[in-house]
Amino acid sequence: MLSILRSIWLVFLHAFARRETIQYPDEMPYSPPRWRGRIILSRDPDGEERCVACNLCAVACPVACISLQATEDESGRRYPDFFRINFSRCIFCGYCEEACPTYAIQLTTDFEMGEFKRTNLVYEKEDLLISGSGKYPGYNFYRQAGLAIGGKGKGEADCEEPPIDVHSLMP
Amino acid sequence: MPSLWIDGKTYEVEAGKNLLQVCLSLGLDLPYFCWHPALGSVGACRQCAVKQYRDENDSVGRLVMACMTPVTDGMRITLQDEGSVEFRAMLIEALMTNHPHDCPVCDEGGECHLQDMTVMTGHNYRDFRFKKRTFNNQYLGPFINHEMNRCITCYRCVRFYRDYADGPDLNAFASKNHVYFGRDCDGALESEFSGNLVEVCPTGVFTDKTLKEHYTRKWDLTTAPSVCHHCGLGCNTLAGERYGSIRRIINRYNGAVNGYFLCDRGRFGYDFVNAGTRIREPLASSGETKTQVPVSVEKIQQLVSEMNAGKDKILGIGSPRASLEANYALMKLAGPEHFLDGMAPKESSLVRLALSILRNGPARSVSLQEAGQADAVFILGEDVTHTAPMLALSLRQAARQVCVQKAAKANIPEWHDAAVRELAQEERSPFYIAATGATRLDDVATKKMCVPLDGIARLGLAVAHAIDPSAPAVDGLADSDKQLAGEIAAALMNARHPLVVSGTSSGCSSVLKAAAQITIALARTREKVGISLIVPECNSLGIAMLANGTLENLDERIKSRRYETLVVLENDLYRRLPSAQVDALLESVKRVIVIDHTTSPTSQKAHLVLPAGTFAEADGTLVNNEGRAQRFFQIFAPEGEIQESWRWIRDICPESRGNRKTAWQDLSDVIEALCQDVPALAKIQEAAPTSDFRIKGLRVARQPHRYSGRTAMVAHKTIHEPKPPEDPDSPFSFSMEGYRGIPPAPLIPRFWSPGWNSVQSLNKFQQEVGGELTGGDPGVRLIDPDGSDSPGYFEDVPAVSTCSGDQVQLIPLWRIFGSEEFSVLSEAVQQKIPGMSVIMNPKDAEKANLKTGSMAVIESGDMKLQLPVSLCESQAAGTVAIPAGYRGAAWIDLPALGESGRGMKNERNPLVPDPDCSGSGWHSDCGSQSDLA
Repeated sequence: MLSILRSIWLVFLHAFARRETIQYPDEMPYSPPRWRGRIILSRDPDGEERCVACNLCAVACPVACISLQATEDESGRRYPDFFRINFSRCIFCGYCEEACPTYAIQLTTDFEMGEFKRTNLVYEKEDLLISGSGKYPGYNFYRQAGLAIGGKGKGEADCEEPPIDVHSLMP
Repeated sequence: MPSLWIDGKTYEVEAGKNLLQVCLSLGLDLPYFCWHPALGSVGACRQCAVKQYRDENDSVGRLVMACMTPVTDGMRITLQDEGSVEFRAMLIEALMTNHPHDCPVCDEGGECHLQDMTVMTGHNYRDFRFKKRTFNNQYLGPFINHEMNRCITCYRCVRFYRDYADGPDLNAFASKNHVYFGRDCDGALESEFSGNLVEVCPTGVFTDKTLKEHYTRKWDLTTAPSVCHHCGLGCNTLAGERYGSIRRIINRYNGAVNGYFLCDRGRFGYDFVNAGTRIREPLASSGETKTQVPVSVEKIQQLVSEMNAGKDKILGIGSPRASLEANYALMKLAGPEHFLDGMAPKESSLVRLALSILRNGPARSVSLQEAGQADAVFILGEDVTHTAPMLALSLRQAARQVCVQKAAKANIPEWHDAAVRELAQEERSPFYIAATGATRLDDVATKKMCVPLDGIARLGLAVAHAIDPSAPAVDGLADSDKQLAGEIAAALMNARHPLVVSGTSSGCSSVLKAAAQITIALARTREKVGISLIVPECNSLGIAMLANGTLENLDERIKSRRYETLVVLENDLYRRLPSAQVDALLESVKRVIVIDHTTSPTSQKAHLVLPAGTFAEADGTLVNNEGRAQRFFQIFAPEGEIQESWRWIRDICPESRGNRKTAWQDLSDVIEALCQDVPALAKIQEAAPTSDFRIKGLRVARQPHRYSGRTAMVAHKTIHEPKPPEDPDSPFSFSMEGYRGIPPAPLIPRFWSPGWNSVQSLNKFQQEVGGELTGGDPGVRLIDPDGSDSPGYFEDVPAVSTCSGDQVQLIPLWRIFGSEEFSVLSEAVQQKIPGMSVIMNPKDAEKANLKTGSMAVIESGDMKLQLPVSLCESQAAGTVAIPAGYRGAAWIDLPALGESGRGMKNERNPLVPDPDCSGSGWHSDCGSQSDLA
């Protein structure tokens, strides 16, 4: 008898407690900046695709849900021909972002990915690519790499000497 | 056996090796760059430093370079003390100061020796604050990509390219940290073995340009052991597949066959598997126009049941490029009397002659590895580089054997590469070539003789007579020839491992007989005599052992037997017989069924075309020119209707269609039946484990354990992740599931070991580094002369050819790029095909009033050819070399007698030497026109 009364009292007190429930979707919940949600591909500060199709995200992925094919433009700049993430398999572990050497692949705060059809969870490059540089502004991989691409010749990257003249006899 | 103390443990090791090789053979991880088992030590990179102690009381020790230190008894070393560990880490750090920030976009990434060694030594943060030096790259042709910034100056590339393969046009330039490895100017690399730079280079300076077209990391490639199909040598390869297409070929080490290297035709000729010329679905001709349209499996059954209902007589034409299993299946379908070997009649008789020479002995057919050990070589009538490229690489090592012997006398071990070369300077082993024209091996030849084919045979017989006077003598030989014959005979008799090389490519049986004659004469006085006979295709010897029927007298056969159905297996008859004869043959039968993987003029005329698998989509066994049976395994399961040829034949065979249960279920059934039926081939069962072979209950996985994208690769087509295909024919699985340790040698699907992602991980798969694979090298020899009774001499000596008037001897000219049927379908190889031209001696040309570039008309029988002329002093007078095997060119029965005359004036001169880069020495030999265009 006493325990029943105690329970009623506690339930009554809860009526005046602070509400934890958020009126989603009218009210959006707070997701912290490091939230691991929907994956995007970003662009470098020049507006070009950051992804260089190195396959590191794909190999780091524990559920193997990233698949891509590398290709090159005529100037030698490498980029993915296609880039596919099967979000119906993704576990949002963030390993792909950690593996990415160019800050191309990033996890965002967006978690609203419910779909009625699983096929709608297969994202291609067009679905993944955003127009900005995401969480990491400023970084441009090809400015660091030794590879020559359109608009950047040999020895023009950061921290590089101009190319050696092999025929020179100077020390 | 010396005992060696390493970090508190004592090992019994082999004497005479260097410390690095010994440590690696013991399974210890010691980083290195410049050392390579096939190239030896030069001590250039200083990476393999270890500490050596004087005795057990010495606690200080001194640093030595393991690769330069011979093992001695009681030696005490440590790999793990602070001093040597720090030295190795600092060295990597210094190498990395100029290494670019390229790994994500570098094709070597994931299989990079530099990455592995950097991780192994523990260097991980860059403390160097200054700028990196950079280089401009060079264009090195369609095969190799150059990215010079990544170089760590280990010198392996020039040591392979110049010292090992004798290539002239890659070199080291400049000094200190300006050292540059490349050509003197942009241009395609001239060596036929340039592709090995990809595997020899420990970083990404030289990478595979054809892989770049569809780049895939090593960890993403589905791989299985394969055997190269592009010539008769049967080099072992590893082919890699991703997204349903073959991405690249790399070398699969086989200590007895190709060792560490491959030729460029084998490495870059794979693209025909992915080409648009593939037959991907069954086709049947229909309607008046006989256009071929895709048909369903039911329709095939209907067509075939017509064939069976009428109890048609079936004629089967096999192929020297199809596996033994496929050929055997056709032999079963048609019956042994109605099964033909599918080789051109002349070629067939020559291959059979070669087979009988190898069978009768007394000389033993040598493996490629043994050919490299020979110390006197005589080549008769072959341009080996073009007909069997990897044998040429072995023969280049044979030319250096005298240096190794000289060094051994001076107590210099063979691995001490720089010292051996310094001691021997330009000295070469006795190396004689008798050919009709310039050959690619002329630069290592002691003497070279250019004569017509019968002249080669006569010289060979004269050599045999000089070795053993009881051999038939050759009359009417010039004094100079007699002297040369005596010189060659003396060289062969004085050698420890004499080797005679000949082959079928000249099309002349007396040349083959002369080669055999020399070995018979040599064997009278000595035990070890080697012979290497080159055969044209990957299974030429195999089909000669299997089939008795040949394409000779085919017309009569058709007429007398009244065949109604003709089944052609993986063969383009227009490459074997005159086109008029093939046309008549295809017209004369009611039904033509062609089973092939690539569209050919023959398949286009067939009533029914069935899509067969290439080497990448089928399993099978091939017999190489040595008589070694080797199994190749399917790489991937193709989409659609493509299946193995033997499965197609089983499916159209009335008996197996009637009773599914007794029909062959898998490859093992075919092999078992084959071994029972053909005792000569019974040993092919031992070539590889059968399909029910398991290790700890597991199959061997074709995909590496890091294979990525499994759940996304086909997600755009189906979200349901289909089950991987099953493989009834081999002990491999088509997935990542399976055994991950070291499988038996014939089943090694890739070389990988923890910490060793690059091809250098091969060290872990060998019993001793540079030696046999663990458990013995794959393949089983089918032909071994018992040596009990020496066969008698060939008695017929060919007379000197008498060409009257304008008559010349027409000789087939084979080209590494251009003469082989399928490698020419690769885009990269196409860029290396030299233009078609006939090669003449300037004197003959003058007689016929011809100049370089002018059009010559060559007539022989019905055949009339019109081709531009190129002149070559080395071409024997009275002979004209005519390009053979080119795709689309009319088939000619060579050699033949013909006439050459002046044709129409050629307006555009198709043969102008490249003005930029023509003075590099090798081009002075007229045999290499690859860069003239």
